[in-house]
Amino acid sequence: MKSSVIIFPGSNCDRDMDVALKKFGFKNEMVWHNDPKIPKCDLIVLPGGFSYGDYLRCGSIAAKSKIIKSVIEFANSGGLVLGICNGFQILTETGLLPGVLLQNKYQKFICKNVHVKINDKENKYFKNIKKEILELHIAHNEGNYFCSKDELKSLNDNNQIAVTYCNKNGNENENDNPNGALGNIAGIFNKNKNILGMMPHPERMIDEYLSSNDGSFFFENLIENLK
Amino acid sequence: MKVKVIVTLKEGVLDPQGKAIQQTLNGMSFSDVKEVRQGKYFDIEVNTEDEKKAKAKVEEMCKKLLANLVIENYKIL
Repeated sequence: MKSSVIIFPGSNCDRDMDVALKKFGFKNEMVWHNDPKIPKCDLIVLPGGFSYGDYLRCGSIAAKSKIIKSVIEFANSGGLVLGICNGFQILTETGLLPGVLLQNKYQKFICKNVHVKINDKENKYFKNIKKEILELHIAHNEGNYFCSKDELKSLNDNNQIAVTYCNKNGNENENDNPNGALGNIAGIFNKNKNILGMMPHPERMIDEYLSSNDGSFFFENLIENLK
Repeated sequence: MKVKVIVTLKEGVLDPQGKAIQQTLNGMSFSDVKEVRQGKYFDIEVNTEDEKKAKAKVEEMCKKLLANLVIENYKIL
């Protein structure tokens, strides 16, 4: 399985993602934002960081970068596109995913472990995953998911809410919502579920000696589902 | 010619920065301040003297980049 990680000026989780993808068997290539084309691959990852210094709005400049046209074409033809953190923000700014990530409700940059519940397994990302609740890391200032009421209804109706913030037992409540996100939303799919954007970083949780191992479940499962 | 644009958050969209500014103003004895909403201002120099054309171009820029219409409104001055 081949993957491509796009590097924007200001990306800072690109190499962690490279390590994670390779650890679980992907042949990964790094692709510069100014490259005209993406190599043939099964998965494109937009990594976390602060693309273009987060100028204007998080992800807004990256969403107009040269490489993005190829990402949109790939996504629209059914290719798997995963956006983590700033990658999620970029996906909303391109319009590939609905809604927007606002500044955190409590005016703080949040850097901590959280639990998220997987809400839908009828997709390539989470099908057959061994755990329902994952402990993952978040690090963001703009992770407060927001969309219109109609959009939220549509997300619910189409089972597009991928992961939600919860406690370790899987209960979604206000106390375990770190950033004020609407409906505790931590990640969503597009309608076809080939595009996933989420704030938590699975690539930071792939070594049981350094972190939790829950990101490993995600990547192990993803590559199995792509075979 | 120069075109000025103001981008503001739509009503109901949370504005933590505005809230922090409001609280600070209240703490500075501006106790009358009820709410602050922070926005963005752009000064755009367009290579034409035709006002109508310039504003039409800037409107396109607003829709495509300067504002995120999910959460923001724009006003061309």
